Amino acid sequence: MTEHLPALQVVVPLIAAPLCALLRPGRAVWLLAMATCALCLLIAALLLDQVLARGVISYAMGGWPAPWGIEYRVDVANAYMLLVVATIGAVVMAFARTVVEQRIRLPASKQPWFYTTYLLCLTGLLGMIVTGDAFNVFVFLEISSLSSYVLISIGRDRRALTAAYQYLIMGTIGATFILIGIGFLYVMTGTLNMADLTARLPAVADTRTVRAAFAFLTIGISLKLALFPLHLWLPNAYAYAPSAVTAFLAATATKVAIYVLLRFFFTIFGAQFSFGTMRLDVILLPLALAGIFSASVVAIFQTNVKRMLAYSSVAQIGYMILGISLVSVTGLTAAISHLFNHALMKGTLFMALGCVSFRIGAVSLDRLAGVGRIMPWTMGAFVIGGLSLIGVPLTAGFVSKWYLILGALERGWWPVALLVLLTSLLAVVYIWRVVETAYFQPAPEGRATGEAPLALLAPTWTLALANLYFGLDTSLNAGVARRAAEALLGVGP
Amino acid sequence: MNSETILPLALFIPLASACFIALNDGRPDWREGATLLGSLLLLGVVLSLLPAVAAGARPTVDLLEFAPGLPLRLSVEPLGMTFAAVAALLWPLNSLYSIGYMRGNQEQHQTRFYVCFAIAIASAIGIAFAGNLLTLFIFYEALTLSTYPLVTHKGTEEAKQAGRLYLGILIGTSIGFLLLAIVWTWAVAGTLEFAPGGILAGKVDGPLVNVLLALYMFGIGKAALMPFHRWLPAAMVAPTPVSALLHAVAVVKAGVFSVLKVIVYIFGIDFLKDTGASNWLMWVAALTVLLASFVALTKDNLKARLAYSTVSQLGYVVLGAALATSMGVIGGSMQIVMHAFGKITLFFCAGAIYTAAHKTEVSQLDGLGRAMPFTFGAFLIGALSIIGLPPLGGSWSKWYLLVGAADAEQWALMAVLLLSSLLNVAYLLPVPARGFFAAAPAGGAAQIPIREAPLACVVPLCLTALGCLWLFFQADSLYALLAPITVR
Repeated sequence: MTEHLPALQVVVPLIAAPLCALLRPGRAVWLLAMATCALCLLIAALLLDQVLARGVISYAMGGWPAPWGIEYRVDVANAYMLLVVATIGAVVMAFARTVVEQRIRLPASKQPWFYTTYLLCLTGLLGMIVTGDAFNVFVFLEISSLSSYVLISIGRDRRALTAAYQYLIMGTIGATFILIGIGFLYVMTGTLNMADLTARLPAVADTRTVRAAFAFLTIGISLKLALFPLHLWLPNAYAYAPSAVTAFLAATATKVAIYVLLRFFFTIFGAQFSFGTMRLDVILLPLALAGIFSASVVAIFQTNVKRMLAYSSVAQIGYMILGISLVSVTGLTAAISHLFNHALMKGTLFMALGCVSFRIGAVSLDRLAGVGRIMPWTMGAFVIGGLSLIGVPLTAGFVSKWYLILGALERGWWPVALLVLLTSLLAVVYIWRVVETAYFQPAPEGRATGEAPLALLAPTWTLALANLYFGLDTSLNAGVARRAAEALLGVGP
Repeated sequence: MNSETILPLALFIPLASACFIALNDGRPDWREGATLLGSLLLLGVVLSLLPAVAAGARPTVDLLEFAPGLPLRLSVEPLGMTFAAVAALLWPLNSLYSIGYMRGNQEQHQTRFYVCFAIAIASAIGIAFAGNLLTLFIFYEALTLSTYPLVTHKGTEEAKQAGRLYLGILIGTSIGFLLLAIVWTWAVAGTLEFAPGGILAGKVDGPLVNVLLALYMFGIGKAALMPFHRWLPAAMVAPTPVSALLHAVAVVKAGVFSVLKVIVYIFGIDFLKDTGASNWLMWVAALTVLLASFVALTKDNLKARLAYSTVSQLGYVVLGAALATSMGVIGGSMQIVMHAFGKITLFFCAGAIYTAAHKTEVSQLDGLGRAMPFTFGAFLIGALSIIGLPPLGGSWSKWYLLVGAADAEQWALMAVLLLSSLLNVAYLLPVPARGFFAAAPAGGAAQIPIREAPLACVVPLCLTALGCLWLFFQADSLYALLAPITVR
């Protein structure tokens, strides 16, 4: 059984998705989806455990050996990513039930479709991570993208429809570019298997086709991961999607795209080609810095708190890309660690906002007045998530910030380290605007709503406490991240 | 029980009492009981560590591993022992005072107040016992965040503005400068351990030493070195017990304590003396001492005057550290203790005056001393100690600082120290002078009835005033405890 874990990671949610559509609306369908997500989490945890103990797992789909068949290949980097995505998938699914029943624009009879789409999206994301086949990445990318367009469009605000459409256009362009890139690689090497591509590419690396493939892949993946200035789809999509969807996508979708970036540039093309020959770092570094700075500043001026956090996500993606562009073990550790930490903090923040909008009905800043006293637990979680976002010690956010600054200093890039610290202070400003409004302004007359229900609070606090736990015990989000970074760079054990 | 098992208790006790306080929201007597019991237990634990540390032991406990080779470590050495003992000695007194003050003024959100207070004390103890810079930094930030709700306790617009300034300066400097300095140190030295003689000698050289020192000194915003001192007067919007223990003792002392730790155990005074990197710091500190004294002269609000006095007195500690002589460092360390007892007395008095007579300005105090003889008498003692007159504790720290300045042959700085003492006289003594000698504004009754603050307020301030006196006779043992810190 255990040798089939890589396949089960994808197959379990893929089978459960249509089953959800067949069930009647109600408790049973959520239970099935929840059980599926929990099972995915268990599989991911087992896989990481196996990989850490015994090294890379290679699984031949249907018994067809690579490079002819599709190979699923799990090393430390993607086992770690699987765990991140599966964790968020499970926690947000626990949160989603109440949201689905009351806060999305779907008639009750169609509610099972939400779970179907959610599981399909999860399947796509997990598939992109686990596969060792370049074309397979594209297939799963489309599965996850199409389902995420649907998920976004069911937000209560009608602007969700245009936001989803905007994302659809941008996402499709990105996916097409990725497909073109993969096609070019196939033309030059005759293979789609990643390990095989790694072996064959150096012979043909100095051709215009391979360089064009590199360019197409860079742009395509950057669109999906919302690298500044290709992030325009993200703020609206996050702002108008249902809160559970925002929490799920913000914590996973862009992260998986970053993982794909890592896989293509470090494993397939190799760090030497990507950063030595093509000088990708020269492009990534200024874009990352510009993204961090501009998105943080824009976030300060947002009145819709969800949109504010969406811009903050663009900035945080900048931190990850910055870590990558350092092209060192420490820098890459920072980036990979931040994939996990940012999932925790943004998951907490968006779910806390979901709790607020569940009670108050809106998340614009002026409507948040006095919420701190009415909903102490919700805002408590928000504050913890916010502190983590700022990078205060004892929270997960501090871990990634530590390695990022260390990485910048190792390279002797003073201004970069200073800018990272300066932009954390911008995060203080935009988080504290919310905190001050929630705690210091009196609640308007006639609003007598209480704390969010336990079904929403429990998952929110699970992630909030995880922020604190992983700020102390860094063996996973720094220790394993470091091993993943070493594996990607091909150094170390 | 040996010291290693006792050490984590010093963190655990205040945190546990915070939990207990939070659980007894509806039962004020239990809640206050938890505060008092926790503070007494902590005092017992901290004092039980004292003999071993005085005998030369350095109990060390690793809590967790943050990164390979970088644990969260608690370790006790004389400097930290001194700071922790001061905080632990004053917490029970301050708790007693808080109960009198908070109940006397019928303040809101008392449970939140006591919870945050206990967490702040735990953070201060964590700073005192931090075994490396990372641990220190973590508790330093925890102290900032746990005191934020105390500063903004009143929830008014003014409190909100003060809170912004407080967080803005303290978080801004600590993340912008201090964290950078710490990561830099880790990158060049490969360790963040507090080691006798320092860890940076030979790892950094040239003008970069100055830059790194500046990052540390301005990064430790809690030391209130000008121009990053504005948060301290702003924080006076908090209830007086907070100003007394946190903004005269725990928070600001955590700042100057960190300054001493960094200079003694990270740079090493020999390294600083050889490179001359701390020369500029002496002048910044001297300027802070003088300017803050001048500003204090202009303040009519009693708490604001005391706040600027604190800024000035903190400058002494930084000055002692910047002299980079062992006498200077010992004088600075003693100043932490002496000023703590003196200034907490003054704040207790200010709060007692507010509770009993609702007066906040110095100009309103005419004749009040005859109604509140204990309060004003204690104020006089505290003020004299801060000025540095025998037979009060404050005279010793000034003495050692002067000796340190003489050792370093900084005659101008000696002049600054003397001038500043005169300024202290000028801004502190008018308070008891007005209280005792000026005619009461109503002018009518020749015989003013005694009308003191509640007993829970008056007893602590008398005890701390006696503490100032007691410390004068403890200088020898304090010197013996502190002397090893500058020996490699």
